[in-house]
Amino acid sequence: MSDILTSSMSKLGQMSLVVVVFFAVLLIVFFAAGRATGRIQRPVAIVVFLGPAIVLLLAGLLIPAIRTFVYSLYGASSIRYIGLKNYEWAFTDPGMRGVLINTVLWIVITPILSTAFGLTLALLSDRMRKRSESVTKSLIFMPMAISFVGASIIWKFVYQYIEPSQPQIGLLEQVVLWLGWKNPPNWLLWTPWNNFFLMVIMVWVQTGFAMVVLSAAIKAIPADVIEAASLDGATGWKLFSRVTVPMIRGTLVVVITTIMIAVLKIFDIVRTMTGGNFNTSVLANEMYSQTFVQADNGHGSALAVILFVGVVPLIFYNVRMLRKERALR
Amino acid sequence: MASVTFDRATRIYPGSEHPAVDKLDLQIQDGEFLVLVGPSGCGKSTSLRMLAGLEECSEGRILIGDRDVTRLQPKDRDIAMVFQNYALYPHMSVAENMAFALKIAGVAKDERDKRVRDAAKLLDLEPYLDRKPKALSGGQRQRVAMGRAIVREPRVFLMDEPLSNLDAKLRVSTRTQIASLQRRLGITTVYVTHDQVEAMTMGDRVAVLKDGVLQQCDTPRHLYDRPNNVFVAGFIGSPAMNIRDFPLTQNGAMVGDTEIPLHREAVAMAGREGNTVTVGFRPEDVDLAGDGQPGVPVEVDVIEELGSDAFLYGHLPGANPLEDSPIIARIDPRSTIKRGDTVHLAIRPHHVHAFSPTSGERLPDA
Repeated sequence: MSDILTSSMSKLGQMSLVVVVFFAVLLIVFFAAGRATGRIQRPVAIVVFLGPAIVLLLAGLLIPAIRTFVYSLYGASSIRYIGLKNYEWAFTDPGMRGVLINTVLWIVITPILSTAFGLTLALLSDRMRKRSESVTKSLIFMPMAISFVGASIIWKFVYQYIEPSQPQIGLLEQVVLWLGWKNPPNWLLWTPWNNFFLMVIMVWVQTGFAMVVLSAAIKAIPADVIEAASLDGATGWKLFSRVTVPMIRGTLVVVITTIMIAVLKIFDIVRTMTGGNFNTSVLANEMYSQTFVQADNGHGSALAVILFVGVVPLIFYNVRMLRKERALR
Repeated sequence: MASVTFDRATRIYPGSEHPAVDKLDLQIQDGEFLVLVGPSGCGKSTSLRMLAGLEECSEGRILIGDRDVTRLQPKDRDIAMVFQNYALYPHMSVAENMAFALKIAGVAKDERDKRVRDAAKLLDLEPYLDRKPKALSGGQRQRVAMGRAIVREPRVFLMDEPLSNLDAKLRVSTRTQIASLQRRLGITTVYVTHDQVEAMTMGDRVAVLKDGVLQQCDTPRHLYDRPNNVFVAGFIGSPAMNIRDFPLTQNGAMVGDTEIPLHREAVAMAGREGNTVTVGFRPEDVDLAGDGQPGVPVEVDVIEELGSDAFLYGHLPGANPLEDSPIIARIDPRSTIKRGDTVHLAIRPHHVHAFSPTSGERLPDA
């Protein structure tokens, strides 16, 4: 007991020492830089303030990215150069084809469903009284605050499968039993539908995000434009499709692409729910499995590069839309 | 085209006891240009929005022609509105903005295009039909908003301070254009403004509102010459009428050391309420008294030069110029009066307005 205490005490001591040393170094650097005058003042300031960020970016982002790319051209243990073989594998291997199809399904279905639900909820909540609106929105936004792993564990209970004759704990199975489905399948083993059951979790998490952002965009539409439209005869669906949606188009695109980026990188849900088994694996999960389970650095790195190449254009597009949006205001 | 009737129309906002518009009774003739004017918060915009169907009527009725529209949706009232900030659809071109209502109503494309072209010609918008509102100047946007209303060929035009976002010079020229356009189209128009000059120059009749209550609805001339009460007297006219309480005498009011004669009945009515009377006279109904002639002595604080006119702002001797509202008089712009002088003002007796000092209502003058 006292051993643990002393060791943790000494760890605390070490940590404080590190912090003190860090600040001491900072102090010295700032003091030295502060003494700089005349022509070297500006360059010194630039180096002192920009230097640490650049070093961290290089060490944490740029160098690993380059090394990942290099590894993707080497064999499993990163010794033998094999050219584009890893990429060839990624696009031709029958197992990998399933992974890519799953990933595409995820990218297409999840953002559209999340945005559609989010938009509907935003429109409905906009008509609520102020108080109930904020309560409703908070509730719907809540899943956003739960980690993917947490969300997955919640939904694992929902999808829990137990022999129909036994007492049930899975919500979904109990409901379908009540509805009269005598012999439901084990949801998470039921290929290819199990993919959709996993997507539901992502939709559940992202709907809140879509709703909050779209709701803000809807509220930013000037009231007099809506009034002008109602005088012009546009009500209900016509108002929605001809005035509301065109006026929040930019935000809609940003929401969809943002969710797409999140989906492209989705890993936790698949890992927690099925571990990528039963034909549910997606790109990011496969990347992990190849690298750390199969210990194949080449395959893993190649998948990482493919993922990266997939995300970059989306991000570019997103940033451009955001800029355009800002220019409009 | 149609007449418009407000029949004891009342609007009480939820959570408020005081009505924003209180039992408004107003008859607007077919083809008339009626201006609703008043200070901010007087209920003029609310009245217009009630007519548009954007605000509910708490009580009373609103009729367009013979049709009771009190409970109708805005789109079913056959009206078009020009908003203060124009409320153009930013994602549509000028032509699409103007054609939108027709498109929703299912008017054929040929007819739509023709009407948009006609309106664009009328408003000098032809070169801009393909542009988005963002690429237009304020004045052009204002004309697009007008065009959007004209294209509809509605029974009534509603305009909610459509000139308030334009610069002063453009406002004056657009004011004339709108008035002449309205006369040419002959469509009944209800126009809201807080600017009494706009109201006077544009309206066939002007309705003055205060605190949700209609004060007076009359032709601009009548409104200016015979204001119903102190509020209308002070609101209409620029610079404002000189209004204040003076001691009552046998035959009129004692202004400074001069007696201004008032109508016998006015003196009698004011006498029943106390020993003062509220007297108003416009700055242009004042002459400089010559030497030896009777006049009200006034110490000059400021001379305001307008080129064609000059206005003298002063105070009665003994009054504090910072506390009391100034006495204003129109003078010859070439006169040599300057700050600090004392002048004697002779008020033209037949241009004096007398009001009850308690109720503020006009007292008889004929």
